[in-house]
Amino acid sequence: MTCLPSQSGKKLGLVIDLDTCVGCQACVTACKEWNTGGHMAPLTDIDPYGGHVDGVWFNRVHSYEHTTEVGGRTVNFPRSCLHCETPACVTVCPTGASYKRASDGIVLIDEDKCIGCKLCSWACPYGAREFDRDVGVMKKCTLCVDRIYNDNLAEEDRVPACVAACPTSARHFGDLGDPASAVSQLVAERGGVDLMPELGYHPTNKYLPPRAHTKRAASVAAPALEPVRPEGGFLGWVDRMLSN
Amino acid sequence: MHPAFSVVFFTTATGAGYGLLALLGVLGGLQIIPPDFWLALIGMGLALGLIMAGLLSSTGHLGRPERAWRAFSQWRSSWLSREGVASVITFVPAGLFGIGWVFFGRSGGWVAIAGFLAAIGAVVTVCTTGMIYASLKPIAQWHSRFTLPGYLIFSAMTGSVLLNALLQAFALGSKTLLAASVLLGLLGWGWKLATWRYNDRLEIPTNANTATGLAGGTVRSLEWPHTEENYLLKEMGFRIARKHSARLRRITQGLAFALPVLLLAAAFALPWPFAVLLSVFAAIVQFAGMLVERWLFFAEAKHTVTLYYGR
Repeated sequence: MTCLPSQSGKKLGLVIDLDTCVGCQACVTACKEWNTGGHMAPLTDIDPYGGHVDGVWFNRVHSYEHTTEVGGRTVNFPRSCLHCETPACVTVCPTGASYKRASDGIVLIDEDKCIGCKLCSWACPYGAREFDRDVGVMKKCTLCVDRIYNDNLAEEDRVPACVAACPTSARHFGDLGDPASAVSQLVAERGGVDLMPELGYHPTNKYLPPRAHTKRAASVAAPALEPVRPEGGFLGWVDRMLSN
Repeated sequence: MHPAFSVVFFTTATGAGYGLLALLGVLGGLQIIPPDFWLALIGMGLALGLIMAGLLSSTGHLGRPERAWRAFSQWRSSWLSREGVASVITFVPAGLFGIGWVFFGRSGGWVAIAGFLAAIGAVVTVCTTGMIYASLKPIAQWHSRFTLPGYLIFSAMTGSVLLNALLQAFALGSKTLLAASVLLGLLGWGWKLATWRYNDRLEIPTNANTATGLAGGTVRSLEWPHTEENYLLKEMGFRIARKHSARLRRITQGLAFALPVLLLAAAFALPWPFAVLLSVFAAIVQFAGMLVERWLFFAEAKHTVTLYYGR
């Protein structure tokens, strides 16, 4: 049923630290590597060595320039499924292929029921769902449901592949429904935010904004090179000749 | 949004088909349209033909059309599923009405009831189609109070123009229906202008700041995560028609509203053979115009995911 289940209170999700993310794309490749053999396999690539590369990815890292009156900075921004509390991608699904798990809040797709109508991707404001035109079904992040409960893995490895791969610990995994959990406390401490809260999807994943500029660092960049004043005489002639 | 031709044709054809079916169901059942075998056969054939062609076309949009039957299961939450269920249920009274009206040449009694139920089914189905779009919050141009009435008005408009052409061809044309078609054309035109006006002035609270959670200042896309266009950009970041939207809006106004209204107004004044030609021409021109209108409906719709790409 694509009606949303009553929730158990457990809300597994990610907390992504935009302060420490360096945009190395390790989480992107780790996600692709695990999931192309995982629950939603394959993550098809179309024409991977050609001129029009296309393919299914669950996690994509953008780079932005955020400019405020304090100054500007580059922010690397990983974007993946936020496992929303009220995911319209689930309720619009006409076949029951999309569902939200009552036990932990993970949003999944039953690939055997998906008809590939793409309506769920229209209903997701975050672009979390990508259509696999080779298989003809929609695909999305599973929060590595085949890792986090996997008894064959060592306990410390039972986290999503993107979290395990992150070299700067910018990605945290845990139960955001439990206010005492490490991730919930991190969100409270750092003022974690929802993406597009005005749309009312109530995403589970939270983003930690970059920390404020400190006084320790240089407040302004090195002064820009000054333009040379036009001069007369020999130096002026040299300047004109070199400028040609 | 990418205007897939299968979906553009689907909504245009079923809109006209359900509009015609509703009018035939009510007017035929109440014997306002006299039961003439060929008229009834061609009318119901056209209505059901448009509906079935549209529904078949919509399955062309699916990645796995062989599983389309599953789409009837989630009517409790999904407008797309409700549309599927409503469209199939409508075939039952429409079929009964067709048998009674076309083949037994009857009206009134159970034929009128079936016709009336078919009309209700048609209206409900068009509503569900409109709600598929109106319920999508990430697309502000669709998630508005203009979308659902628009679908209903355009369905009534195209249906009445088709019915008028049909009745004119059988020399049964009525001034009332002609006048109604002209008025519906003007109503549709006004509604489309109001919709564009609303969309052009739309102040969308969602922007690159709320999309990234970076408060204040400006957020500029420096680098995409990929070098080529991916599914998201192909499906949700379609921009070709947006570039030509002013011209396409003029084409829409001309073909879907202005020209049909003028032709029908002329048919009002002219005698039989000319009125038929003008009425049929008006229906064809309007259908072409509505395809452009629907193409633009998709192409001008901007999905929030494009914010992540700085578009």
